[in-house]
This record gives sequence, C-alpha cells and structure tokens, in this order.
Amino acid sequence: MIVFGILALVLIASAVFTVTAQKPVYSVVGLLANFIALAAMYLTLQAEFLAVMQIVVYSGAILILFVFVIALLSSGTRPFEVGPDKAPRILIPALAIAVLTLAGLTVTALHTPITVVSTATTNGTTGDANAFGSVANFGAALFTTNLLPFEVTAFILMVAVIGVVLIAGDATPGAVEGRRKKRRPGVREPIVKALRQAQDDNG
Amino acid sequence: MSVSAIPIWIVVLIKSAVVLGVVITTFAYSMLAERKVMGWMQLRPGPNRVGPWGLLQPAADAVKMIFKEDLTPDTADPLIYRLAPFISLICAMGVFAIIPFSASADGTLWSVGNVNAGILFIFAIGSIGVYGISLAGWASGSKFPLLGSVRSTAQMISYELSMTMSVIGVLILTGSTALGDIVNAQLRLWFVIPQIIGFLIYVITAVAETNRAPFDLVEAETELVGGFHTEYSGLRFGLFFIAEYLNMITVSCLATLLFLGGWNSPIPGLPSGGFVGLGWFILKAAAFLFFYIWLRSTLPRFRYDRLMDFGWKVLLPVATLNLILTAVAVAVWPTHA
Repeated sequence: MIVFGILALVLIASAVFTVTAQKPVYSVVGLLANFIALAAMYLTLQAEFLAVMQIVVYSGAILILFVFVIALLSSGTRPFEVGPDKAPRILIPALAIAVLTLAGLTVTALHTPITVVSTATTNGTTGDANAFGSVANFGAALFTTNLLPFEVTAFILMVAVIGVVLIAGDATPGAVEGRRKKRRPGVREPIVKALRQAQDDNG
Repeated sequence: MSVSAIPIWIVVLIKSAVVLGVVITTFAYSMLAERKVMGWMQLRPGPNRVGPWGLLQPAADAVKMIFKEDLTPDTADPLIYRLAPFISLICAMGVFAIIPFSASADGTLWSVGNVNAGILFIFAIGSIGVYGISLAGWASGSKFPLLGSVRSTAQMISYELSMTMSVIGVLILTGSTALGDIVNAQLRLWFVIPQIIGFLIYVITAVAETNRAPFDLVEAETELVGGFHTEYSGLRFGLFFIAEYLNMITVSCLATLLFLGGWNSPIPGLPSGGFVGLGWFILKAAAFLFFYIWLRSTLPRFRYDRLMDFGWKVLLPVATLNLILTAVAVAVWPTHA
C-alpha cells in the first residue's frame, strides 16, 4: 500500500511535469520517469512481463526517438515559444470529459465483482516459470484467449504505418527517380572545387 | 539465529553490497589490464610506476578523478547535464541485480534477485542506459557532444535490434527467458555450437552497444574531440567511464551465460556449480573481456555510413535468418523440451 502510494505520487507528479515543462527535453525526462514508475506499478501487480515490455517498447524505442528528434531539431536549450493562452476556452469541456470519465470508471468498477487472480504467489515476484504474469503465462494468454485483439492491434498498427507512408511520401510515379537525378548544389561542391583548384596549382 | 530468520531486505542488501564491491573492483582492474595488455601489444610497458607492476594505478586514477575540477559550461542545461551521468551509471549497475554468477548443488542461483523475465529485464535496463549518453550530449550545449549523442542514439538503436534477434535463438532452444534455465540447458552442449551465427552477431553487436573500438564512433577522439562527454570533467566524467566499463562486464557476463555455458565446466566430468562454478564463470567472462581489449588494439574505427550499412543490411538479415532456421530446427526436432 505504501509502495502504491509512492508510485502513484511519482506517476502523477511526473505526468504533470511532462505537460507543464518549458523545454521539450524536460518533458522527455518527465515522461521517462512516468514510464519507469508505471513499470514499477506493473511489478507490484506481479505483471513482470508487462513491466519489462513497458520499458523496452516505450522507454527503449519510442521515447528515445523523441530525444533523437528533439536533439536534431531544437539543438538550442531555448524554451518553447508560448502561443496564445487557450486554457479558459477549453477548461469547461475538458473538466466535463474528465468528470464523466471518472464517474463512468467508478460506476463500472463498483458493479464489477472483484476476482483475486493469484493467491498462491503473493510474496513478490518469485521467478516461478508458471506464476501469474510470467513470460510463459503472458504468452499463452496472448496467443490463445486474446489472439483476436492481438491481431486487430497489429492490423491497426499497420494502418498507421501505411498512413504515414501515404502522407509523408510522394505518391506520384517516378518521383523518387526524379529526386535522385535532380542534385541540389550541396555544401560539398564548393569544397571539392576548391580542392581541385589547389591540386592544379600544386601539380 | 538461523539464516532463514534474517529479514529478506537485509539479505538483499548484503548481497547487493557484495556484488557491487566485486563489480567495481573488477572495473578498476579491467581498466588497468586494458592499459597493460594494450601496452604489451604495442611494445611498451604500460603503467608501471604506482605500486608493484602498476597495481595501485586504479587508486591513483580514482584520487585524480575525484579532485579534478567539475566544470559546467555556460551553454549547458544544468539539470539534465548533472542528471545524465547518473542515468548511465544506475542502469549499468542495476543489471547486476539479476545476473546469476553460480548455483548451489540444490539449484539455488547465486544472484541478488531471480527474475523470470531475466534476459528481457537486462535488455530493458540497457535500453534506458542510452538516455544517459544522448541526454549528456544534448545537455552539454555544444556541437561535438551533440553530434556524438545523435550518433550514439542511432547506433545503439540499430545494433540493439540485431543483438536482441541474435539472443532469441538461445531463448527458443531453452524455452525460457530466465537466466538460470538458460545455463542449465547448456549442461551437455554450450549454445555457442548450435548458435554459432547468433554468437558471432552477439559479439559484434555487443562491442557496438558498449561503444567500444572499433565501434566507438560515439566518442571518436579524432573526429569529435571526445564525443558525448567532451564537456564533462572530474567525477562526472568518471561516472561515464565507470558505466562504460560496467557495461563491458555486463556484456561479457551475458555472453558467458547465454553462449558459453555459464558456471558449467568446459570439460565434462569436472565439478561445476558452487565456488568452482564461480571460478569457471569468472574465467569465461575474463576471456571475453580480454577479447574486447584485443579488438581495440587491433582494429581501426568504422566509417559511420558503413557502420549503419553493416548493422541494417548485414547483421539484421543474418540474425533474422538465424532465428528462422533455429525455429524450424526446433519445430522439426523437438528434443530440447
């Protein structure tokens, strides 16, 4: 219970920090703390595999790309340019949605009978191969009972990838070929020219 | 008071202290060993002034590191700049919490904690370690560290993929992700033989993941001054330095566990497990560390575009092929289970 309290506090604090931070990199660090705290929360629920995947996928793959983009695009340490304050306009709808969601969740939770999933393995993560939340257990559940949701998720991800290609890529035929032929005068050309000149002068 | 009466958190605390003490000492002397061995390979004596054969050199280095001035550039982002070395070091140390170094006769693992997701857990912590380097480079607020950190992010993500793929073959053969099970599955045959392709890819990607020569483009003294840690000095630089060597030790331990039979003896019939097993484990890991040093003093650095080409166009396809072959072989001859 104490662990839950600390983790919940860290989760909320890091989430607020992520949203309110002035510099994009601070947001990334806040989000990183958030992901790690969430993984720790999964661990207290004995969902070992889920905790590890949370870190590998979100922190290890997705968030690091954020850092990559931020480092490339905004190499300076300047804060965001603050736009017009939209808070008053969206405050009421946002609050309404938040309250409705919370109420809905509470009602659902109260009407759902609580089932204790594992009573046998209550003393932490035992490293037992067939314990609840272990890799074998998780995999079996994912690829038997929940195969359809799993496949549908994969399909949705594929749709997203195709969407990105459609939006970002030039769809007209021969576009790639044309782009290759049309060489822009780059930074290198003046240097190469100067080098050739120097060579001629020497030889 | 019997052993089982001691509260679990005290046991874990003592275990952690012992493991960290040993690991830090190993770091200090692997650094000395590197300088000595590289010296011999280049026909010079290496450090030999502090203590007999230079054995006290690590202590002298530590004192020097601690007393050096700790500089923070004006352009740096103070918070992230200070945070980054700690991320690197904590991740490098955290991995040792679940590495089993040997096992008792009754099968109890000699490790601080036993995690069912074992190898995945190590990859997870390792993936956070990348943040130390990339944030350090960004937060320094100057161009060479930034270039180093962008390189590191790209390189580590690319090679992490192949590394994970090369290890999955072992997981398929074992049918478990727990490190203890993986070692026990190698009682008769080390996985380096059936997984020779996986092992080769693992070795290459391991060197790249730890940013060591010939894959040290992240630091690349001749191109980037010092890469991501150009602006760091004193103890903060020391933290990065320790993290780099700890990562080397981790990768060596993993190679031992995954491919070289862990604490099993290399000759059938000789005792393994217990303190003898610990000896085998240390011997194998040390051999792998020596290989690292050997590589560094032998091979020149990669060119960056070739590094990327190699990672994506050679290592990843070969690792995938190895994975498919292993899966098919296990499906056809299911003898392991």
